[in-house]
Amino acid sequence: MSTRTDRHRSNAVGAGLPIVATAVQVWRGETGVLRGVDLAIRRGSRMFVIGPNGAGKSTLLRVLHGLVEPTQGTLRWGDATRAPRSQAMVFQRPVLLRRSAAANVRYALACFGIRGADAAVRTAEVLHAVGLAHLARRSARVLSGGEQQRLALARAWALEPEVLFLDEPTASLDPGATRDVEAIVRDIHARGTTIVMTTHNLAQARRLADEVVYMQAGVATEQTPAEVFFTKPRSPEGAAFLESERT
Amino acid sequence: MRKNCIELHSGATFCSRTLPLPTLSESLALAVRLVTDLDPKVLAIVLLSLRVSLLSTIASALLGLPLGALIAIARFRGRGGVVAVLNALMGLPPVVVGLLVYLMLSRAGPLGGWGVLFTPTAMVVAQTVLITPLVAALSRQIVEDAWNELQEQLNSLRAGLGRRIATLLWDTRYALATVVLAGFGRAASEVGAVIIVGGNIDGVTRVMTTAIALETSKGDLPLALALGFVLITLVLAINLAAQSLREWARMRFG
Repeated sequence: MSTRTDRHRSNAVGAGLPIVATAVQVWRGETGVLRGVDLAIRRGSRMFVIGPNGAGKSTLLRVLHGLVEPTQGTLRWGDATRAPRSQAMVFQRPVLLRRSAAANVRYALACFGIRGADAAVRTAEVLHAVGLAHLARRSARVLSGGEQQRLALARAWALEPEVLFLDEPTASLDPGATRDVEAIVRDIHARGTTIVMTTHNLAQARRLADEVVYMQAGVATEQTPAEVFFTKPRSPEGAAFLESERT
Repeated sequence: MRKNCIELHSGATFCSRTLPLPTLSESLALAVRLVTDLDPKVLAIVLLSLRVSLLSTIASALLGLPLGALIAIARFRGRGGVVAVLNALMGLPPVVVGLLVYLMLSRAGPLGGWGVLFTPTAMVVAQTVLITPLVAALSRQIVEDAWNELQEQLNSLRAGLGRRIATLLWDTRYALATVVLAGFGRAASEVGAVIIVGGNIDGVTRVMTTAIALETSKGDLPLALALGFVLITLVLAINLAAQSLREWARMRFG
């Protein structure tokens, strides 16, 4: 697989990194889902967003990916004020079209103007990379949960995104399928994509993260290197969370 | 020819002691003969029915499916009202549709210059008006369910409006096919619209439903029954096809 191509760089509105969020809030009626988030995502990081249920992790990812407009605050993606096209997202539950595995990947490529022989080659590459080449013609929706999530990753990977957002991609997978997904995430990162991922699985975050953002009640209480967070978290909320997970 | 015998259009002769008014069982037997012998008159009426209903179904699908998809994903002020009206239009009485189309196509109407009143074209127009709301309303519901499922992913892929509609229509193609089949079934079964705009002219605008109505009123049951057999078979076949398609698609695509 090639590293990110100039074609995708040109798809971005300027360079899409770093992503800087300043005092970002998202309110749904009277409920503050995000109550003031400040963070910066640098190129090349493997950032994990962790925290209890309802902390706002999924909403934060959607805001950073441009799927949700913040109610207040500012976001910049490099020089741009709108989320660039050079991003991709994998959801907790894979969302696949009623067509074959290969056709799902080709569809995503077509959305970015890549068709014909280029699309066929890239589709074959990513399906091979995630171990689904033998299921290329199988209908995507009859694949197992782990296979569907690998296909969703392949689809995102085919776009060679600058940033890949993953919203708890292994939450409903067995340990074997989880290992497969983690290996693919490592490969994608190794080829130059910045990773931003949410998880409930602290062991997974320990394995994969180089940077951690801890969120609670809609606020990012700290953003620290992973080894610092897991040994001596800077925020009392982060420390309390780690302690509660240990007991 | 003896007075208690009649000659069928196929050339065969049917005799009964009770002719010219056969009993119900004799009418049924004659009706079966008309169908199995492919009676030319029966055949002509059936083919005209199929032609009119197929054309109107195609037209309503071309209009109704994209309209339903657009309403499914668009968000605008008054959308709830539009959906309510669309659902209400599913229950349009066929005779009212026939009356409205008649007024449009009559010489005094705005489209009188087309000169299509009392022709199969007018019948196609009337049936299209009748079943387009049905196709649009049912497809709106199906596409909206799919949109709720695919919306975030399509937004993530930055798909434009045209691509979204095309994707949703393709992804729900088997469910939408059953909607189109339902539209065809409604068109083939209705009598009110086509009898007003078509006039039930023998050999020109007489379809199965209008022929059944006429022949029954005349007491000529064999032809009415023969056409009734064909119509029921058609409706059953359509429903069977729709059910089979749903099951096959569920097994194949999940």
